[in-house]
Amino acid sequence: MKATKQDIQNLYFMDSRHKLLDIAAFLDRLDRHNGEADFRHPAFMKALEAMQSPPKGITRTQAVHHSLSDHSDEPIEKATMQSAYGAVYES
Amino acid sequence: MKYIEPHGHMVSRTTDDYQKIAQAGCEILCEPAFWAGFDRTSPEGFYDYYCQLTEYEPKRAAKFGIQHYTWLCINPKEAEDAEFAREVMQIIPDFLDKPNVLGIGEIGLNKNTKNELAIFEEHVELAKKYDLPILIHTPHLEDKLKGTRLILDALKNAQVDPARVVIDHVEEHTIQSVLNAGFWAGMTLYPESKCSGARAIDMLEMYGMEQVWMNSACDWGISDPLAVIKCALEMKQRQYNAQMVEKVIYENPKDFLQQCPNFSI
Repeated sequence: MKATKQDIQNLYFMDSRHKLLDIAAFLDRLDRHNGEADFRHPAFMKALEAMQSPPKGITRTQAVHHSLSDHSDEPIEKATMQSAYGAVYES
Repeated sequence: MKYIEPHGHMVSRTTDDYQKIAQAGCEILCEPAFWAGFDRTSPEGFYDYYCQLTEYEPKRAAKFGIQHYTWLCINPKEAEDAEFAREVMQIIPDFLDKPNVLGIGEIGLNKNTKNELAIFEEHVELAKKYDLPILIHTPHLEDKLKGTRLILDALKNAQVDPARVVIDHVEEHTIQSVLNAGFWAGMTLYPESKCSGARAIDMLEMYGMEQVWMNSACDWGISDPLAVIKCALEMKQRQYNAQMVEKVIYENPKDFLQQCPNFSI
């Protein structure tokens, strides 16, 4: 890796700042609107915490993935949908 | 700069896209059989699709100087009805001697069900029977970690040669287990789900540049047929030299694909 931390900041800081504000605005938007958020909201908040304090031995990105992943081991009996939510469904 | 697009669903793309990727340097494109955005209602629907992949699409690509190859299977999203999937699979051997067929793919899992897993294992046996390489789709989002583990276990049980299998759509939480088991890893560059160019380059930095490729998997959804070449430019911004870029976007896919009997440059 020839690029330095300074190079990486020069390349990605503005873009990451933009994305960070998008996340903050998304959470504000949820707060502002009517109704109840579903299971994805607590999953998202938990993933943010995982990013800030990743378990030892894994990166922030891996911690977010793990936080939003199904950790069961066995194949399920039957599919009830074809798509995915992005977070593990909890009714 | 020249590059190989190892995974693009061109049946869903316009001719303009062929023109754009050709202008960007794409010389070879590989198109795995996949879900068309809806469930097909008969094996005949798949027969027509396989004809499209092996006869029509190569001609469309050739108009822009692009060599077109394909992988055949019934994809995991339509494998939940196992009996239907088996009917479709009976058609596949009729197409395996077509000159642009690389192997069996993209097989894999979608929601990690018992039927999907059974059909996946039967596809692996089909590949073994015809001595063909395999391209594997790993599930999306929350299902990817579990699905990748199930796929790795099934491949271990099937005793396939991992050097002839590419496991696609890896992300930061799955790439290491794929590479450690000796398989090739495909990183899919998608605007929303899967992986960005920046993250793909991060993975190259963390896990090395061996047995990995990058693809756009451009299809009918939000996707970018120029994603590979855009990532190559991003690699240059991160001070990778031309030789390293060419290794990832051309030499690596070429090395894997040369294991396919029908592949030639």
